[in-house]
Amino acid sequence: MNPISANDFVLAAPEILLLGGTCVVLLLDLFLSDRLRQVSYFLSLLTLAATAALVAGLPEGRHFGFNGMFVVDGAARLLKLVATATVAVVFVYSRDYLIQRGLFKGEYFVLALFATLGIFVMTSASSLLTMYMGIELLALSQYALVAFDRDSPIAAESAMKYFVLGAIASGILLYGISIVYGVTGTFDLGALASRLDAGAASQIGLLFGLAFLIAGIAFKFGAVPFHMWIPDVYHGAPTSVTLFLGAAPKLAYFALAFRVLAEGLGSAVEAWQGMLVVLAVLSMAIGNVVAVAQTNLKRMLAYSTISNVGFILLGLLAGTPSGYRAALFYTITYVVMALGSFAMIVLLSRKGFEADRIEDFRGLAQQNPWFAWMMLLLMVSTAGVPPFVGFFAKLYVIQAVLDVGLTWLAIVAVLFSVIGAFYYLRIVKVMFFDAPAEEGVSVTAGPALRFLLSLNALAVLALGLYNSALIDTIARALP
Amino acid sequence: MLTTILFYFYATVLVGSALGVVLARNPVRAALFLVLAFFTSAVLWLLLEAEFLGIVLVLVYVGAVMVLFLFVIMMLDINVAELRAGFTRYAPLGAVIAGLMIFEIVYVVWVKHLGYDLAAVGTPLAAGESNTKALGAVLYTDYALPFQLAAVVLLVAIVAAITLTMRRRPGYKQQDVVAQVATRKADRLRIMKVEPEKRR
Repeated sequence: MNPISANDFVLAAPEILLLGGTCVVLLLDLFLSDRLRQVSYFLSLLTLAATAALVAGLPEGRHFGFNGMFVVDGAARLLKLVATATVAVVFVYSRDYLIQRGLFKGEYFVLALFATLGIFVMTSASSLLTMYMGIELLALSQYALVAFDRDSPIAAESAMKYFVLGAIASGILLYGISIVYGVTGTFDLGALASRLDAGAASQIGLLFGLAFLIAGIAFKFGAVPFHMWIPDVYHGAPTSVTLFLGAAPKLAYFALAFRVLAEGLGSAVEAWQGMLVVLAVLSMAIGNVVAVAQTNLKRMLAYSTISNVGFILLGLLAGTPSGYRAALFYTITYVVMALGSFAMIVLLSRKGFEADRIEDFRGLAQQNPWFAWMMLLLMVSTAGVPPFVGFFAKLYVIQAVLDVGLTWLAIVAVLFSVIGAFYYLRIVKVMFFDAPAEEGVSVTAGPALRFLLSLNALAVLALGLYNSALIDTIARALP
Repeated sequence: MLTTILFYFYATVLVGSALGVVLARNPVRAALFLVLAFFTSAVLWLLLEAEFLGIVLVLVYVGAVMVLFLFVIMMLDINVAELRAGFTRYAPLGAVIAGLMIFEIVYVVWVKHLGYDLAAVGTPLAAGESNTKALGAVLYTDYALPFQLAAVVLLVAIVAAITLTMRRRPGYKQQDVVAQVATRKADRLRIMKVEPEKRR
């Protein structure tokens, strides 16, 4: 029996502040008239800023709290900082979109903040129990966010699909956790690793549990063959929610895979490497090939997500420190690029019009050259063209795979990213060489969105040119 | 010896009532069978010295969840014949799944016989030690973090449920408390003279 100590509160201070701030927004929002709804928005941003400040002030090094269930290390600090920044950017991006559609309500911010708390818990989990609670916190908030636009039948349908499939995936993950607990007798990831090293667990039981764990992780990530929900949910959800779903939670799922597979089950790397190879190859194949046939940009980006998840898995399956670093690099750059790409849809949408078809981007270069160039940067970077950051992300991941001797896998990855380049460049072609539609595209968004989106797109170039800065940060986070 | 007899008795009742849930024609009866199943499983928990879980099962599932469930069943207009029609169609699939589960359980028992070292079974509490007290001692200390997080998850569930259901929509009926309080007897009540029914 170990009571909570003051040290636990120091380590969990960002989470406590985030929870407190969320509850304040939740309660205060009840008393605000629609005219004053902006208060909730600014208060949410303030909460995120204060949380980020506390994360920056966390002690250096690796510290455990709450009886070993909570860990603060370099990876947790970095992922939390990136997650708060991502969610804040999502809030700024979605403000105009939500106001135009009558969805500008406090609940959007409250649910997104709760989801952020879930991400925080997952990045800091050092026990399967804490990890599961974080997953549920994140997932429940996401289900509700997808169904947030109650008058849209397609949103309700996709929320239903997401909810049912997500519940099954949670069950599978929990089943895997219970089997791993059954064969090792511990939830603690550190103890799990040491017991596996000592050969205390039966191999067959562990493999059995591992298969379920990987299925659960793959579902959360959206890796093939557990990807069915991604296109429907991304397409059906309001774009401001898709923006959220496509970006911040990926950081948490990276933490899930890294903590469970690398930290907990690291010595069983041969067992899970093969499973991840299958998932990665299938994800890159299906994601890239099916994306070519899409006419809806949201669906196309959803399949692009699937293929990018394949690349993240490539880094993880190498099972080496440099592989994990490459996967983290890829995850962070993917989040930046996804944020910008989905925000372009938000930018071109206006009241009663969703710019989510590829043809809606026709002739953007003539109407609004600046944002056409910004979209060009984002698309070309996601396709993996140097000197943009997407290229370096792919390079490091492939490097990590080559280092462990999986040459064929590296070749497959390069081949599929070449196929992938086609549909990203098609967007560029549509924007620059097609005649604009009769009604034309117009940008009605406010200055905050314009400014931040430009910054977002330019960051893709800047991170590519100065990628060593990001690499150094990641090397410090994942020694 | 007595424990074994009790175990087999309650286990038989449990299996019987579980079958009753699936086979009962009347949904209300099926729900009542489910209550019986919960109750007997609570007794099984008690036999395993897990009295806290047993009590919670009765309090939460029998006391709250099943009562709500019965309400829902009674309120819904369920066409039993229509539900039955699907039974034979899905019966083979159900049989396959049941067979698979039985195989899995047998396999696990068999694997255990092969001598694989599954984790050690916990040690029973000393006589006089309370299971509830033991749980309470770790719930707020060792497991304080997951416990608090579970509370946050429940809060999210409440917020989500209210967000998704509380909204203005056409045909939405809402109580107007002011109108209810301000109403007068004369507005609502009409005294009628009713002829007593004549005995035939």
